[in-house]
Amino acid sequence: MSHAKPLGGSIFTPAFMLCLVLFVIGMYFLGVRFTDGMGAVANINGGFPWGIWVVYDVVIGTALACGGYALAITIYVFNKGQYHPLMRAALLASLLGYALGGVGAFIDMGRYWQFYNLLLPWHMNFNAVMLEVGLCVTTYILVLVIEFAPAFLERIGAHGVLKILNKMLFIFIALGILLPTMHQSSLGSFLIAMGYKVAPLWQTVHFQPLLALLTALTMGFSIVIFEASASQVAFDLPDETSLLSKIGKIIVGLLLVYLVVRFGEIILNGKVGYIFAGDKNSLLFLLETLLFIFPVVALLSQKMRQNSRVLLWAAVSMLFAGSLYRFNAFLFTYDPGPGYSYFPSVGEVMVTVGIVAFEIMAYMVMVKMLPVLHKEAHA
Amino acid sequence: MDRRTFLKTAGAGVAGAACISTVADARPNLEPAPEAVGMLYDSTLCVGCKACVTACKEVNDMTPVDRGDGHIYDSALDLSGDTLNVIKVYSDGTAAVKDSEENGFAFEKRSCMHCVDPGCVSVCPVTAMRRDPLTGIVTHHPDACIGCRTCMVGCPYNVPQFEYDNAFGRIHKCQMCNQEGLERINKGGMTACAEVCPTGATLFGPRSMLMEEAKRRMELKSGDNYNFPRGDISKPESYHEKELEADYQNHIWGEKEAGGTNVLHISAIAFDKLGMPPLEDRSYASVSEGVQHTLYKYMALPAAAMAGLTYVVKRNKDNHDGEE
Amino acid sequence: MQGDFDALEKRLGISRRDFLKYCTGIAATLGLSTSEAIAMAEAVAKPKKRPVVIWLHGQECTGPTETMLRSEHPTLERLILEMVSLEYHQTLDAGAGHQVEHLKELSMKENAGKYLLVVEGSIPTRDGGVYCKIAGKTMLAHTVEAAENAAAIIAFGSCASWGGVQSSGPNPTGAVGAQAVLPGKTVVNIPGCPPNPYNFLATVMHFLTFGTLPELDSQNRPKFAYGRLIHENCERRPHFDAGRFAKEFGDEGHKKGYCLYKLGCKGPETYSNCPAVEFNDVGGGTWPVGVGHPCFGCTEQGVGFTKPLFSLAEVQTHTPPNAFPSIAQREDTPGMSAGAAAVAGAAVGAAVGAAAVVSTRLGKSDSDSET
Repeated sequence: MSHAKPLGGSIFTPAFMLCLVLFVIGMYFLGVRFTDGMGAVANINGGFPWGIWVVYDVVIGTALACGGYALAITIYVFNKGQYHPLMRAALLASLLGYALGGVGAFIDMGRYWQFYNLLLPWHMNFNAVMLEVGLCVTTYILVLVIEFAPAFLERIGAHGVLKILNKMLFIFIALGILLPTMHQSSLGSFLIAMGYKVAPLWQTVHFQPLLALLTALTMGFSIVIFEASASQVAFDLPDETSLLSKIGKIIVGLLLVYLVVRFGEIILNGKVGYIFAGDKNSLLFLLETLLFIFPVVALLSQKMRQNSRVLLWAAVSMLFAGSLYRFNAFLFTYDPGPGYSYFPSVGEVMVTVGIVAFEIMAYMVMVKMLPVLHKEAHA
Repeated sequence: MDRRTFLKTAGAGVAGAACISTVADARPNLEPAPEAVGMLYDSTLCVGCKACVTACKEVNDMTPVDRGDGHIYDSALDLSGDTLNVIKVYSDGTAAVKDSEENGFAFEKRSCMHCVDPGCVSVCPVTAMRRDPLTGIVTHHPDACIGCRTCMVGCPYNVPQFEYDNAFGRIHKCQMCNQEGLERINKGGMTACAEVCPTGATLFGPRSMLMEEAKRRMELKSGDNYNFPRGDISKPESYHEKELEADYQNHIWGEKEAGGTNVLHISAIAFDKLGMPPLEDRSYASVSEGVQHTLYKYMALPAAAMAGLTYVVKRNKDNHDGEE
Repeated sequence: MQGDFDALEKRLGISRRDFLKYCTGIAATLGLSTSEAIAMAEAVAKPKKRPVVIWLHGQECTGPTETMLRSEHPTLERLILEMVSLEYHQTLDAGAGHQVEHLKELSMKENAGKYLLVVEGSIPTRDGGVYCKIAGKTMLAHTVEAAENAAAIIAFGSCASWGGVQSSGPNPTGAVGAQAVLPGKTVVNIPGCPPNPYNFLATVMHFLTFGTLPELDSQNRPKFAYGRLIHENCERRPHFDAGRFAKEFGDEGHKKGYCLYKLGCKGPETYSNCPAVEFNDVGGGTWPVGVGHPCFGCTEQGVGFTKPLFSLAEVQTHTPPNAFPSIAQREDTPGMSAGAAAVAGAAVGAAVGAAAVVSTRLGKSDSDSET
């Protein structure tokens, strides 16, 4: 069935050890958070209750983990079977990204010991975006585990289970498409309820879900390009540029839709003035827009799309654009009223860095031990 | 992606967006609760005695804010996990004249406004924030709360506050002295802040009566004498006569803002100077729920999408498996 | 020094110990140190020449003089009478009639530029000031004449300070304070109804000792006595801060000594040292608010005799030292630390760096595959 193979090789590489050190530092600060309260580590406050633990770990982290989702749509909805070789690596990255997004949400939960209330029907508020996100993300993590399970089952040789699972897998794949569509758009819907606190250029009200979904999808495709390129050089794998260049084409299409909706909303609602106001918000908007436009321009021609380095930089630009879009809306231009400000503390950043380091460590170990990547060229 | 596919995708996106924006206006603002109680805070009457701040701390058993720099009194700067109510001051220039925007000062009370259509209630995933169906009082229930703090981002007034300095902290907010174990309103009493206010700057009572009182005051001009009630407007403890020194702004904060609030504010200076947020009449809760319900009405759309997806995925997956 | 005190003991008929105690007490009222109390004692014990005092009475109830007479420090009146040379005082003078008036004129001529003028009572100005005449001359004329060559002028009591009760509407006599009829001259105001004698004595002692007047506020009241609101030093203040108010006379809160603000106490807008020095040396909290009556603002022009007794005061404590958080002040909003900026920057840098490394090596493999 799959041609993926465990890569093998030494686990304790220098990169792994560096990540381990960062992870240990992060865990120290996390310990302080659990013994002395969140205020002891994080700079979140009355006006900025959500710091980078929510905005990076959950809102951006899960968008960066949309690779599995984006590829699943491509492969199973648009019937492009040739992308199968990229699927497992994307699923693994998605699984890790979402699992750690879940961990991030958990550590940011002020009353984590009652998190199960989210799952008790008599506590649920079906009007709440947070409920939808919480349930969707929790379920999607389980779906991702099941979707990735074949890699593990192949490794341990449980062919019987694998066969049964494979028969039912289509349901989980469908869920794996539906759930991210729901919660990635809902992550945008969060911003609606924040009202005036979100700066006008980012407060698109009814368009929030659509913009969030479009950028999440684009980020998902971009992370596939980034991971494939990084794996290629890190593990000396065959070149996948021809497959990736087709993804580049999808990115251009999605981005054009995004830009039309984004600027259409701004023009129709008469908010153009904010773009050229020359203040912090307008500069951040221009930077964000540049990062969005770069991939479009860079990948417009067929020739450029065939260049692996251009593809990589376009993907990186898109990842930064999507991240900055979220950072801008949730943090950088977020204004809860005079006197409030937020910048993460060292401890706060280190916890997030620790989580990302763990993600990288886990990825490196899993691709060496489980059949995730392909050694032979496919395209 | 070829040009046709692109146009198809773009068209679908725009159509979807249009659909969202039209149907999303389905739910109107909530109406005030049938027996809504609230408070009327008249900034021109406030003398800054902070008796309400002290009484609030005492009645609600809140810890003093300790800044460790020799402050003897509880000197909270703003609402926090330790403070449900605080008196703040706007001041300009020499700050010599009360209730003047230029070279003047004015007091402002910060506490929960008890929105008619509360954002915190709308966004709370576990119904830890509840609006009393009868009195409209917005209460918090820590036994349900998971500490996600969405209520804090969803509140236009930054009212719910988390105890960040406590490893097992909780959300705190004004519950009109009617939380379990206190229940002053249920017992026929009034809020502690209104009870102790010596000038009637904080006046308790049914929202409708407070609204009438506020409208009566809007009619007054500086120089007029007026008999201001103290305590509970439905049974005032006493009155005091006072000559108005400044004209009121013709604006009752909480009549319409984001669907209105049960706690009303009136003042002689503009509310943005007093730190009130830029709100329109439509509540964020109604807009947000409108979008959510359009997308998830009875889970119909997701269910249909799931059915379609399952079919497509199964067909395509079988194809791929067959190829292999 | 010893000899001076012996002479003083003989002269005043009080013990040296009692005398020093008195001087220290006065110095304490002024907020002066012990060494300055000794200087004060010396100034009294060996006067260069006892300063002459001319004391005028206008429209009033003689409250300030009465309160002076009731000062409870040992043999105070004798001390004052011996200490200064009180050459004209309508209440206390033994003599009367034209003889006394004549002596006053003589004394003013003889001590021109050296005597101390004390004005008690308001001065009517309407119709040429005919509503108060002494010895056929208006109080207005007396005041202007006496002020001409005075070394210092003290207006004692609220009437002399701004007109007091007589100046309240409709003010048929056009009563004003001493300052109003003496433009260009410095008049020290010691308002109060009645005024506290120690604030007067302390001002006089300051003048005798240092030859200058104590520091004055914008209404020419000595700052040592009128620098703080009654509200700031009031023993009932904690009840105000906690919202515990007496709601009517004789109610539960009134019996318990709660704050009298709701009963119309003007302490929050009246400057005076009443809560600190109290009244009549009885001690034990004997002053209006101390015994359960709201302050009516007698030392404050525009409050006492002007505002209704039981109307609410305008609380003045928004001024320093009382502090309120401004609208924009918030709890715990730590700013950006250099360390955090560096760490956050490094994280973003690492992401870009990783992309750059991948890009370089991609380029290499590209060229490798081409060759």
